[in-house]
Amino acid sequence: MSPKPRLLTILDAVTIALLLVATVGVFFYAPTELVMGLVQKIFYFHVSAAWVGMLGFIIAAIAGVLYLRTGGRNWDLVEMAAVEIGMVFALITIITGSIWARPVWNTWWTWDPRLTTATIMELVYAAYLMLRQGIEEPERRSRFGAIYVILGAISVPITFFSIRFSRTIHPVIVGNGDPTALGTFDMTPKMLQIFMFSLLVFSIIFADLLWHRVRLGKLADAVEQMKLKLIQ
Amino acid sequence: MAESQQTPTPSVVNGTLPGEVSDRAAAAAATAQDKPALNTPFLRAMAAVVWKDLAAEMRSRELLSAMLVFAILVILIFNFALELDAQARANVTAGVLWVTFIFAGTLELNRSMAIEKDRGCLDGLLLAPVDRTAIYFGKAIGNLVFMLIIAAIILPIYSALYTVNLFNPGLLLTILLGSIGYTAVGTLLASMAVQARTRDMLLPILLFPVIVPVLVAAVKASGGFLQGASFSELSPWLNLLLVYDVIFTAVAFMVFDFVVEE
Amino acid sequence: MIEVRHLVKRFGPKTVLRNLDFQVEAGEFVALLGPNGAGKTTFLRILASLSRPSYGQVQVAGYLLPQQASAVRRRLGVVSHQPLLYGDLTAEENLRFYGRMYALPDLDRRTQEVLDLVGLAARRRDMVRTFSRGMQQRLAIGRAVLHDPEVMLFDEPHTGLDQEACAMLDEVLQQVAARGRTVVMTSHDLARTADLASRVDVLSHGVIRASTRTDRLAKDSLLAFYRQALEAE
Repeated sequence: MSPKPRLLTILDAVTIALLLVATVGVFFYAPTELVMGLVQKIFYFHVSAAWVGMLGFIIAAIAGVLYLRTGGRNWDLVEMAAVEIGMVFALITIITGSIWARPVWNTWWTWDPRLTTATIMELVYAAYLMLRQGIEEPERRSRFGAIYVILGAISVPITFFSIRFSRTIHPVIVGNGDPTALGTFDMTPKMLQIFMFSLLVFSIIFADLLWHRVRLGKLADAVEQMKLKLIQ
Repeated sequence: MAESQQTPTPSVVNGTLPGEVSDRAAAAAATAQDKPALNTPFLRAMAAVVWKDLAAEMRSRELLSAMLVFAILVILIFNFALELDAQARANVTAGVLWVTFIFAGTLELNRSMAIEKDRGCLDGLLLAPVDRTAIYFGKAIGNLVFMLIIAAIILPIYSALYTVNLFNPGLLLTILLGSIGYTAVGTLLASMAVQARTRDMLLPILLFPVIVPVLVAAVKASGGFLQGASFSELSPWLNLLLVYDVIFTAVAFMVFDFVVEE
Repeated sequence: MIEVRHLVKRFGPKTVLRNLDFQVEAGEFVALLGPNGAGKTTFLRILASLSRPSYGQVQVAGYLLPQQASAVRRRLGVVSHQPLLYGDLTAEENLRFYGRMYALPDLDRRTQEVLDLVGLAARRRDMVRTFSRGMQQRLAIGRAVLHDPEVMLFDEPHTGLDQEACAMLDEVLQQVAARGRTVVMTSHDLARTADLASRVDVLSHGVIRASTRTDRLAKDSLLAFYRQALEAE
């Protein structure tokens, strides 16, 4: 059995340290926003989690394409790991967003394109897992998973744009947004630094979790092999 | 973990078989020459599949009669659930129509694939020397025809019950474009769902999250046409439907082999 | 006619066929016997081009699988324990549909011939769903020989049939095989196998354990041969 790689242990430590630094930075380095107050602090991790949720989807779709092309078991493991991590972070995004929206928009939920798209993304992830659960034969399960994640990755952006044709109240902080959207604000340089740092930290968290999950998948395969050998 | 530890037959796995490489190369060369002559022409195979689905339906009339009753029931349910008076109808007609199409559509897609699975017919199709995508397009076109038949049943009933005129060319075009996207994705996902343990339940769960763009665009466009908007006003929605149709037909074309090839 | 070397088939971590070698000469009728889960159906699905080998070489009717699948499919007829027929189409329509999928010329004449062969000409216009299991199975054989294949695969064709239907099926099977076709059949039924087949192979745990010509076997010694092959592991 392969022992835990040293590099992975180092990455774990670095990830935890960076997350602590980011948390400290959010609360003590970045200035508090004037209108919204402390609740605005959610923004840093909310957007970072959303980024990871999307990243999971992109990586899963790429792994899906590579799986169909090569049939390599590793791509299947990467794809499933990316989906599972992406699903958790999409959920974190939706929950932190609701916590923020309650005081700022005066509602937990609104049918805004981003919120709706995040939810649909979550549903695609859930459907993916149900599809895999419903199929017994391992290779077919992997093929169908890859196909579905590709379909999902193509349809979710189209969903976003189709809903965006109608008006939105979600603030656009990065890029050009409607300046009158409720809850929008201008980032000070310090805010921007922490924001960028959070994005980086969350990307590293993603990489770390992905590594762990792929390794877990390989170990599970090895256990399965051993079980079969015992039976025979 | 080393590859050789996982494989119970290392001698075959790690060493190349004698003559394997040259045989493969010969096979590749042979395939390139053999294929066009040996496969039944794409369009003929596709037409045979469409003909088969339509002939079976003409004989049993299962879908036709079921859809007739289903459409009346759904409209009845909406009537009481939404209190469809004249004012409410103006806003929700498009939505009611599309919800009916989509639910009726999942029933139809499930049925269409269950036919292939019940007596092992899918294997029968795969045993024939035809391009796998010809089978996909045959099934998809059959499903599209059935979707349009469903629309042709629902529209007159709705028109008659509420004395509104739904025979608007824009609306019909929207229904056509929406149905193409819906069946392109639906046929692909139904052929996957039918191979799963939870097959009937799985199709809507797989299908609905990925057809949201079709629903959004089709409802907007249908509603617009019913309220007398012009083609140019609604062209963004029609374009969106068209883009969706093209993209997903292409994707289904590329991945269908992986659904049926073991 | 059929040449299989070093065939391995895996489903995920499970290995079903392990380094299997198998040859069939033209005109032979080979029965594959073996306990449940021995890999018979998997093996037949690979020969039928429905499943890809994980490793190894498979050649059917002179063409390689899976690379030259369409050439193999043209020369191959398959009867499984499912009839592969559409219940809402008539016997004739089912044959016509499959005939179109094979792009056969002169379909009317060929359909008539096949219906006569399997003894269903009188019920050509009846829906398949109204047929008994035995009639469906005979029509399934008709479907499989429609394009006059050189190689035929039967996967437990007797499953779910009563004695009478089995006897009628055997008659059709013998007719089909008598035309010099190569046949591979999996079965549980030792008695029927001994009558039909010219050679018996025993498949167990993913390899061929033993093989013998039926004319070299003394009468009623097939069961002893089968048991011996399984014990020899």
